[in-house]
Amino acid sequence: MQFFGGSDISPSPPAPTASGNNAHMMYVFNRNGVCFLYREWNRPLHTLNAQQDHKLMFGLLFSLKSLTAKMDPTSMDKGNLGVPQLPGQGCSFHSFRTNTYKLSFMETPSGIKIILITHPKTGDLRESLKYIYNLYVEYVVKNPIYTPGAPIRCELFNTSLDQYVRSIS
Amino acid sequence: MAPVAPRSGDAIFASVEHVNAELFTLTYGAIVRQLLTDLEEVEEVNKQLDQMGYNIGVRLIDEFLAKSNVSRCVDFKETADVIAKVGFKMFLGVGASVTNWDADGTCCSIVLGDNPLVDFVELPDTCQGLYYCNILSGVVRGALEMVSMKTEVTWVRDMLRGDDAFELQVKLLKQVPEEYPYKDDE
Repeated sequence: MQFFGGSDISPSPPAPTASGNNAHMMYVFNRNGVCFLYREWNRPLHTLNAQQDHKLMFGLLFSLKSLTAKMDPTSMDKGNLGVPQLPGQGCSFHSFRTNTYKLSFMETPSGIKIILITHPKTGDLRESLKYIYNLYVEYVVKNPIYTPGAPIRCELFNTSLDQYVRSIS
Repeated sequence: MAPVAPRSGDAIFASVEHVNAELFTLTYGAIVRQLLTDLEEVEEVNKQLDQMGYNIGVRLIDEFLAKSNVSRCVDFKETADVIAKVGFKMFLGVGASVTNWDADGTCCSIVLGDNPLVDFVELPDTCQGLYYCNILSGVVRGALEMVSMKTEVTWVRDMLRGDDAFELQVKLLKQVPEEYPYKDDE
Protein backbone atom coordinates (compact mmCIF):
# COMPACT_ATOMS: atom_id res chain seq x y z
CA MET A 1 0.00 0.00 0.00
CA GLN A 2 1.34 3.41 -0.87
CA PHE A 3 0.66 6.90 0.25
CA PHE A 4 0.88 9.66 -2.30
CA GLY A 5 3.87 11.95 -2.36
CA GLY A 6 7.43 10.92 -1.79
CA SER A 7 6.95 7.43 -3.17
CA ASP A 8 8.84 6.24 -6.18
CA ILE A 9 6.94 5.41 -9.30
CA SER A 10 7.49 1.87 -10.42
CA PRO A 11 8.58 0.74 -12.90
CA SER A 12 11.29 3.31 -13.47
CA PRO A 13 10.97 5.22 -16.73
CA PRO A 14 12.49 3.68 -19.86
CA ALA A 15 15.83 5.28 -20.53
CA PRO A 16 15.79 7.97 -23.20
CA THR A 17 18.20 7.44 -26.06
CA ALA A 18 18.77 11.10 -26.77
CA SER A 19 17.24 14.12 -25.17
CA GLY A 20 15.34 16.77 -27.01
CA ASN A 21 12.09 18.59 -27.19
CA ASN A 22 10.13 16.15 -29.30
CA ALA A 23 6.64 16.19 -27.82
CA HIS A 24 3.97 18.43 -29.30
CA MET A 25 0.94 17.75 -27.16
CA MET A 26 -0.89 15.17 -25.12
CA TYR A 27 -4.54 14.29 -24.53
CA VAL A 28 -6.13 12.07 -21.90
CA PHE A 29 -9.72 10.96 -22.45
CA ASN A 30 -12.03 8.76 -20.44
CA ARG A 31 -14.59 6.37 -21.86
CA ASN A 32 -17.26 9.06 -22.11
CA GLY A 33 -15.13 11.17 -24.41
CA VAL A 34 -14.35 13.73 -21.75
CA CYS A 35 -10.92 15.20 -22.27
CA PHE A 36 -9.69 15.65 -18.74
CA LEU A 37 -6.18 16.57 -19.58
CA TYR A 38 -4.72 18.50 -22.45
CA ARG A 39 -1.07 19.56 -22.37
CA GLU A 40 0.66 21.47 -25.08
CA TRP A 41 4.42 21.88 -25.38
CA ASN A 42 5.04 22.83 -28.93
CA ARG A 43 2.12 23.54 -31.21
CA PRO A 44 2.60 26.35 -33.71
CA LEU A 45 -0.83 26.07 -35.32
CA HIS A 46 -4.34 26.08 -33.84
CA THR A 47 -7.16 25.74 -36.33
CA LEU A 48 -10.11 24.87 -34.08
CA ASN A 49 -11.28 25.90 -30.66
CA ALA A 50 -10.23 23.59 -27.84
CA GLN A 51 -13.54 21.77 -27.51
CA GLN A 52 -13.85 20.99 -31.23
CA ASP A 53 -10.22 19.95 -31.30
CA HIS A 54 -10.75 17.42 -28.49
CA LYS A 55 -13.88 16.05 -30.08
CA LEU A 56 -12.18 15.62 -33.41
CA MET A 57 -9.28 13.78 -31.81
CA PHE A 58 -11.59 11.46 -29.92
CA GLY A 59 -13.62 10.79 -33.05
CA LEU A 60 -10.48 10.04 -35.05
CA LEU A 61 -9.32 7.47 -32.50
CA PHE A 62 -12.73 5.89 -32.13
CA SER A 63 -13.20 5.45 -35.88
CA LEU A 64 -9.65 4.33 -36.47
CA LYS A 65 -9.99 1.72 -33.76
CA SER A 66 -13.15 0.23 -35.22
CA LEU A 67 -11.62 0.32 -38.72
CA THR A 68 -8.45 -1.45 -37.63
CA ALA A 69 -10.52 -4.08 -35.83
CA LYS A 70 -12.66 -4.56 -38.92
CA MET A 71 -9.62 -5.06 -41.14
CA ASP A 72 -7.99 -7.58 -38.78
CA PRO A 73 -7.18 -10.64 -40.93
CA THR A 74 -6.52 -12.95 -37.95
CA SER A 75 -9.66 -12.68 -35.87
CA MET A 76 -12.95 -14.39 -36.69
CA ASP A 77 -15.41 -12.73 -34.37
CA LYS A 78 -16.10 -9.24 -35.54
CA GLY A 79 -19.35 -7.49 -36.11
CA ASN A 80 -20.21 -4.97 -38.75
CA LEU A 81 -18.32 -1.72 -38.93
CA GLY A 82 -19.45 0.69 -36.23
CA VAL A 83 -21.12 -1.96 -34.09
CA PRO A 84 -20.26 -1.27 -30.43
CA GLN A 85 -17.50 -3.46 -29.05
CA LEU A 86 -16.89 -4.65 -25.53
CA PRO A 87 -13.72 -3.32 -23.94
CA GLY A 88 -10.81 -5.57 -24.81
CA GLN A 89 -12.60 -6.95 -27.85
CA GLY A 90 -10.93 -6.62 -31.22
CA CYS A 91 -7.42 -5.45 -31.95
CA SER A 92 -6.17 -1.95 -31.43
CA PHE A 93 -3.54 0.23 -33.07
CA HIS A 94 -0.84 1.84 -30.97
CA SER A 95 0.59 4.50 -33.24
CA PHE A 96 0.50 6.09 -36.66
CA ARG A 97 2.95 8.38 -38.37
CA THR A 98 2.54 11.11 -40.94
CA ASN A 99 5.30 13.12 -42.56
CA THR A 100 4.88 15.87 -39.96
CA TYR A 101 3.96 14.13 -36.72
CA LYS A 102 3.56 10.81 -34.94
CA LEU A 103 0.58 9.89 -32.80
CA SER A 104 1.00 7.27 -30.08
CA PHE A 105 -2.08 5.82 -28.45
CA MET A 106 -2.77 3.68 -25.43
CA GLU A 107 -6.10 2.54 -24.06
CA THR A 108 -6.57 0.81 -20.72
CA PRO A 109 -9.40 -1.64 -20.00
CA SER A 110 -10.84 1.00 -17.67
CA GLY A 111 -11.37 3.23 -20.71
CA ILE A 112 -8.57 5.76 -20.14
CA LYS A 113 -7.08 6.82 -23.46
CA ILE A 114 -3.66 8.45 -23.48
CA ILE A 115 -2.55 10.15 -26.70
CA LEU A 116 0.87 11.63 -27.24
CA ILE A 117 1.77 13.56 -30.37
CA THR A 118 5.45 13.83 -31.12
CA HIS A 119 8.02 14.47 -33.80
CA PRO A 120 7.69 11.87 -36.63
CA LYS A 121 11.16 10.50 -35.92
CA THR A 122 10.43 9.40 -32.34
CA GLY A 123 10.67 5.69 -31.66
CA ASP A 124 8.26 3.24 -30.02
CA LEU A 125 6.54 5.07 -27.17
CA ARG A 126 4.41 2.26 -25.73
CA GLU A 127 6.57 1.97 -22.64
CA SER A 128 6.53 5.73 -22.22
CA LEU A 129 2.74 5.83 -22.35
CA LYS A 130 2.64 3.08 -19.74
CA TYR A 131 4.90 5.17 -17.56
CA ILE A 132 2.62 8.18 -18.01
CA TYR A 133 -0.29 5.97 -16.95
CA ASN A 134 1.67 5.12 -13.80
CA LEU A 135 2.20 8.83 -13.17
CA TYR A 136 -1.53 9.35 -13.59
CA VAL A 137 -2.29 6.64 -11.04
CA GLU A 138 0.22 7.95 -8.55
CA TYR A 139 -0.57 11.65 -8.70
CA VAL A 140 -4.14 11.86 -9.92
CA VAL A 141 -6.06 8.71 -9.00
CA LYS A 142 -4.52 8.57 -5.54
CA ASN A 143 -5.18 12.23 -4.90
CA PRO A 144 -8.12 12.27 -2.47
CA ILE A 145 -9.22 15.74 -3.59
CA TYR A 146 -9.50 14.67 -7.21
CA THR A 147 -12.98 13.63 -8.36
CA PRO A 148 -12.83 10.89 -11.01
CA GLY A 149 -13.84 12.28 -14.41
CA ALA A 150 -13.10 15.91 -13.55
CA PRO A 151 -10.40 17.92 -15.35
CA ILE A 152 -6.97 17.25 -13.87
CA ARG A 153 -5.52 20.17 -11.95
CA CYS A 154 -2.72 18.46 -10.08
CA GLU A 155 0.43 20.56 -10.04
CA LEU A 156 2.58 17.60 -9.07
CA PHE A 157 1.30 15.54 -11.98
CA ASN A 158 1.85 18.33 -14.49
CA THR A 159 5.40 19.04 -13.37
CA SER A 160 6.47 15.40 -13.37
CA LEU A 161 4.77 14.93 -16.74
CA ASP A 162 6.54 17.93 -18.26
CA GLN A 163 9.82 16.73 -16.86
CA TYR A 164 9.35 13.23 -18.21
CA VAL A 165 8.11 14.30 -21.63
CA ARG A 166 11.22 16.42 -22.12
CA SER A 167 13.29 13.24 -21.94
CA ILE A 168 11.32 11.44 -24.68
CA SER A 169 13.27 10.95 -27.84
CA MET B 1 3.97 -9.05 -28.19
CA ALA B 2 1.36 -8.40 -25.53
CA PRO B 3 2.77 -8.48 -22.02
CA VAL B 4 1.90 -11.69 -20.24
CA ALA B 5 -0.57 -11.28 -17.41
CA PRO B 6 0.81 -12.51 -14.11
CA ARG B 7 -0.47 -15.76 -12.63
CA SER B 8 -0.34 -14.48 -9.09
CA GLY B 9 0.07 -11.15 -7.37
CA ASP B 10 3.06 -12.24 -5.26
CA ALA B 11 5.68 -10.32 -7.21
CA ILE B 12 3.61 -7.12 -7.28
CA PHE B 13 2.74 -7.45 -3.61
CA ALA B 14 6.44 -7.74 -2.82
CA SER B 15 7.35 -4.67 -4.85
CA VAL B 16 4.92 -2.13 -3.39
CA GLU B 17 5.22 -0.37 -0.06
CA HIS B 18 3.33 -1.98 2.79
CA VAL B 19 1.49 -0.52 5.70
CA ASN B 20 1.62 -2.24 9.07
CA ALA B 21 -1.07 -4.94 9.13
CA GLU B 22 -2.26 -4.20 12.66
CA LEU B 23 -2.54 -0.49 11.94
CA PHE B 24 -4.61 -1.37 8.88
CA THR B 25 -6.87 -3.77 10.77
CA LEU B 26 -7.40 -1.40 13.68
CA THR B 27 -8.04 1.60 11.42
CA TYR B 28 -10.70 -0.33 9.56
CA GLY B 29 -12.18 -1.44 12.87
CA ALA B 30 -12.30 2.15 14.05
CA ILE B 31 -14.11 3.21 10.87
CA VAL B 32 -16.76 0.52 11.28
CA ARG B 33 -17.15 1.36 14.96
CA GLN B 34 -17.63 5.04 14.15
CA LEU B 35 -20.16 4.26 11.43
CA LEU B 36 -22.14 2.16 13.91
CA THR B 37 -22.21 5.09 16.33
CA ASP B 38 -23.12 7.63 13.65
CA LEU B 39 -25.69 5.71 11.67
CA GLU B 40 -27.14 3.55 14.47
CA GLU B 41 -28.89 1.16 12.04
CA VAL B 42 -26.81 -1.90 11.09
CA GLU B 43 -28.43 -1.96 7.64
CA GLU B 44 -27.31 1.62 7.02
CA VAL B 45 -23.76 0.72 8.03
CA ASN B 46 -23.75 -2.15 5.54
CA LYS B 47 -24.88 0.23 2.83
CA GLN B 48 -22.33 2.87 3.78
CA LEU B 49 -19.46 0.35 3.81
CA ASP B 50 -20.51 -0.87 0.39
CA GLN B 51 -20.58 2.69 -0.93
CA MET B 52 -17.14 3.43 0.53
CA GLY B 53 -15.80 0.28 -1.10
CA TYR B 54 -17.35 1.26 -4.42
CA ASN B 55 -15.63 4.64 -4.30
CA ILE B 56 -12.33 2.90 -3.58
CA GLY B 57 -12.91 0.36 -6.34
CA VAL B 58 -13.44 2.89 -9.13
CA ARG B 59 -9.99 4.32 -8.37
CA LEU B 60 -8.27 1.10 -7.42
CA ILE B 61 -8.87 -0.42 -10.84
CA ASP B 62 -6.44 2.01 -12.45
CA GLU B 63 -3.72 1.22 -9.96
CA PHE B 64 -4.38 -2.45 -10.49
CA LEU B 65 -4.15 -2.18 -14.27
CA ALA B 66 -1.07 0.04 -14.17
CA LYS B 67 0.90 -2.24 -11.86
CA SER B 68 -0.28 -5.69 -12.87
CA ASN B 69 0.21 -5.49 -16.65
CA VAL B 70 -3.15 -7.14 -17.19
CA SER B 71 -4.26 -5.82 -20.54
CA ARG B 72 -7.41 -7.75 -21.20
CA CYS B 73 -9.45 -10.66 -19.92
CA VAL B 74 -11.11 -12.87 -22.48
CA ASP B 75 -14.19 -13.66 -20.43
CA PHE B 76 -15.75 -13.37 -17.01
CA LYS B 77 -14.12 -16.62 -15.90
CA GLU B 78 -10.65 -15.23 -16.45
CA THR B 79 -11.67 -11.94 -14.85
CA ALA B 80 -12.76 -13.71 -11.67
CA ASP B 81 -9.52 -15.66 -11.62
CA VAL B 82 -7.43 -12.52 -11.96
CA ILE B 83 -9.36 -10.77 -9.17
CA ALA B 84 -8.87 -13.68 -6.82
CA LYS B 85 -5.26 -14.57 -7.60
CA VAL B 86 -3.75 -11.19 -8.49
CA GLY B 87 -6.09 -8.52 -7.13
CA PHE B 88 -6.60 -9.80 -3.60
CA LYS B 89 -2.96 -10.76 -3.29
CA MET B 90 -1.75 -7.41 -4.53
CA PHE B 91 -3.82 -5.22 -2.24
CA LEU B 92 -4.61 -7.37 0.80
CA GLY B 93 -1.71 -9.78 0.74
CA VAL B 94 -3.98 -12.82 0.83
CA GLY B 95 -4.80 -15.33 -1.86
CA ALA B 96 -8.32 -16.30 -2.78
CA SER B 97 -9.84 -19.06 -4.87
CA VAL B 98 -12.73 -19.16 -7.29
CA THR B 99 -15.41 -21.86 -7.01
CA ASN B 100 -19.10 -22.60 -7.43
CA TRP B 101 -19.48 -21.61 -11.08
CA ASP B 102 -23.02 -21.77 -12.34
CA ALA B 103 -23.84 -23.42 -15.66
CA ASP B 104 -23.66 -20.34 -17.91
CA GLY B 105 -20.50 -18.93 -16.32
CA THR B 106 -21.98 -15.68 -15.05
CA CYS B 107 -21.96 -16.34 -11.33
CA CYS B 108 -19.17 -17.56 -9.10
CA SER B 109 -17.83 -17.42 -5.58
CA ILE B 110 -14.54 -15.98 -4.42
CA VAL B 111 -13.41 -17.71 -1.24
CA LEU B 112 -10.91 -15.93 0.96
CA GLY B 113 -8.45 -18.18 2.73
CA ASP B 114 -7.49 -15.52 5.20
CA ASN B 115 -8.92 -12.09 5.89
CA PRO B 116 -6.74 -9.46 7.53
CA LEU B 117 -9.73 -7.18 8.16
CA VAL B 118 -11.23 -9.38 10.87
CA ASP B 119 -8.30 -10.00 13.20
CA PHE B 120 -9.37 -9.12 16.76
CA VAL B 121 -13.04 -8.85 15.72
CA GLU B 122 -16.07 -10.40 17.42
CA LEU B 123 -19.57 -9.32 16.56
CA PRO B 124 -21.65 -8.39 19.62
CA ASP B 125 -25.29 -9.54 19.81
CA THR B 126 -26.55 -6.13 18.74
CA CYS B 127 -24.67 -6.26 15.44
CA GLN B 128 -25.61 -9.70 14.16
CA GLY B 129 -26.88 -8.27 10.88
CA LEU B 130 -23.62 -6.48 10.15
CA TYR B 131 -21.54 -7.50 7.16
CA TYR B 132 -18.29 -6.39 8.69
CA CYS B 133 -16.27 -6.75 5.47
CA ASN B 134 -18.90 -5.21 3.21
CA ILE B 135 -16.28 -2.74 1.99
CA LEU B 136 -14.66 -5.58 0.01
CA SER B 137 -17.81 -6.34 -1.94
CA GLY B 138 -18.06 -2.65 -2.82
CA VAL B 139 -14.46 -2.58 -4.02
CA VAL B 140 -15.02 -5.54 -6.35
CA ARG B 141 -18.26 -4.07 -7.68
CA GLY B 142 -16.71 -0.63 -8.29
CA ALA B 143 -13.60 -1.97 -9.96
CA LEU B 144 -15.56 -4.25 -12.29
CA GLU B 145 -17.93 -1.46 -13.22
CA MET B 146 -14.97 0.55 -14.52
CA VAL B 147 -14.14 -2.26 -16.93
CA SER B 148 -17.75 -2.26 -18.13
CA MET B 149 -19.01 -5.22 -16.12
CA LYS B 150 -22.11 -4.57 -14.08
CA THR B 151 -22.09 -7.00 -11.19
CA GLU B 152 -23.87 -7.83 -8.01
CA VAL B 153 -21.59 -8.81 -5.13
CA THR B 154 -22.94 -10.39 -1.95
CA TRP B 155 -21.55 -12.25 1.04
CA VAL B 156 -22.56 -15.88 1.20
CA ARG B 157 -20.39 -17.05 4.07
CA ASP B 158 -18.87 -14.93 6.82
CA MET B 159 -16.64 -16.33 9.54
CA LEU B 160 -17.80 -13.64 11.95
CA ARG B 161 -21.27 -15.15 11.65
CA GLY B 162 -20.03 -18.63 12.44
CA ASP B 163 -19.36 -19.92 8.92
CA ASP B 164 -16.13 -21.69 8.05
CA ALA B 165 -14.82 -19.24 5.42
CA PHE B 166 -15.39 -15.89 3.77
CA GLU B 167 -17.26 -16.37 0.53
CA LEU B 168 -18.11 -13.55 -1.82
CA GLN B 169 -20.61 -14.25 -4.56
CA VAL B 170 -20.03 -12.29 -7.76
CA LYS B 171 -22.83 -12.28 -10.30
CA LEU B 172 -22.36 -10.74 -13.73
CA LEU B 173 -25.47 -8.78 -14.66
CA LYS B 174 -24.37 -7.37 -18.00
CA GLN B 175 -21.38 -6.20 -19.98
CA VAL B 176 -21.72 -2.72 -21.39
CA PRO B 177 -20.37 -2.30 -24.94
CA GLU B 178 -18.34 0.75 -25.84
CA GLU B 179 -20.30 3.31 -27.81
CA TYR B 180 -19.53 6.59 -29.44
CA PRO B 181 -20.34 9.07 -26.67
CA TYR B 182 -21.29 12.13 -28.74
CA LYS B 183 -24.45 12.72 -30.67
CA ASP B 184 -24.16 13.86 -34.28
CA ASP B 185 -25.71 17.28 -33.83
CA GLU B 186 -23.65 18.31 -30.80
